[in-house]
Amino acid sequence: MIIYGVALLSGCLVTGMLIGEYLGVLIGVDANVGGVGIAMLFLVMACNSERLRPLASGLAGEGIKFWSAMYIPIVVAMAARQNVVAAVEGGLLALVAGVAAVVVSFALVPVLSKVGKGPQIEEKPGGGLS
Amino acid sequence: MMEIITTTFGRNGLVVAFAVVGLTVWFSYLLSNKLTRGRIHGSAIAIALGLVAAYFGGLATGGNTGVADIGILAGVGIMGGGMFRDFAIVATAFGVHLSELKKAGLAGVISIFAGVIVSFLVGGIVAVLFGYTDPVAITTIGAGAVTYIVGPVTGAAIGASSDLIALSVAAGLIKSILVMIGTPMVASTIGLNNPQSAMVFGGLMGTTSGVAGGLAATDPKLVPYGAMTATFYTGVGCLLGPSVLFLTVNAIF
Repeated sequence: MIIYGVALLSGCLVTGMLIGEYLGVLIGVDANVGGVGIAMLFLVMACNSERLRPLASGLAGEGIKFWSAMYIPIVVAMAARQNVVAAVEGGLLALVAGVAAVVVSFALVPVLSKVGKGPQIEEKPGGGLS
Repeated sequence: MMEIITTTFGRNGLVVAFAVVGLTVWFSYLLSNKLTRGRIHGSAIAIALGLVAAYFGGLATGGNTGVADIGILAGVGIMGGGMFRDFAIVATAFGVHLSELKKAGLAGVISIFAGVIVSFLVGGIVAVLFGYTDPVAITTIGAGAVTYIVGPVTGAAIGASSDLIALSVAAGLIKSILVMIGTPMVASTIGLNNPQSAMVFGGLMGTTSGVAGGLAATDPKLVPYGAMTATFYTGVGCLLGPSVLFLTVNAIF
């Protein structure tokens, strides 16, 4: 049943969001800390677990795939509801600050990607990385 | 006649949004194939069209949610709102391999902290270059360069005025929009073509909407990896902004 997959997806999101909210309260921050990321981890684990596999394979899996495929259209809708006028009216300071932050961050992607790969190669022969 | 159309569209907002977005995506792929021979990805064009529409929607209505403030297109606001966005992002994790996540785990965590601190630093420096000397102002603008959520959260916590908060939101919005548009253009230059670099990318950029849009237009397979780290970024930013980062700025100025 398609709804089983959709329900599994919903369960993961709601649980992740709740944990994110509690994490926020715990560390005294007025924001959801990683709720979506935690929900994604739950879904990955559910898809890999024997017991929950029936909820994520076959027809039930189609229910999750549908929402995964709706992702780009939803992002298009998200773009269409941004406050672009405010961004444009923020003036030169906002423009320079935003552009500079992006350019510097872009430049750091290859640098940090290497950081991730460095220890990876070294630790594998020792079997230290689980 | 007109009234019947507006009420029907209004009552079926979300369904209208599906149709409107579907048409937009179709038109964008048409443009992509005919005008650019597929060199600019159809979804990148669709996202750009969405942003342009949001600009004119905002101009026409004076509201702050783009085309969603136009009555008959209110459903676009629901479809593109946080709930559906998060639901679809989580769904993209379907088919993600745990081993890929583990491989980039450490680099992903480092990138989140590096991303928040670097963006804050850059925003703060720009604020100083523009003549700000007040630590509250510098911190708020710096936090805005982190994301448009971290800006106001930090600003409110340290008592910034509303025009400063508006400025920080604007800086964050510029960042988010630029990431959406710029990512597909720089993707090959910065090596953004595998799950590990996508996780680093998500952690460095942080803006969930920017990362979501930018990766979707680059390679949809990378979306879950980037989104995974990006969702922790705002939380870390809200944590560091009013505390460590503000205290540091306060000590310097």
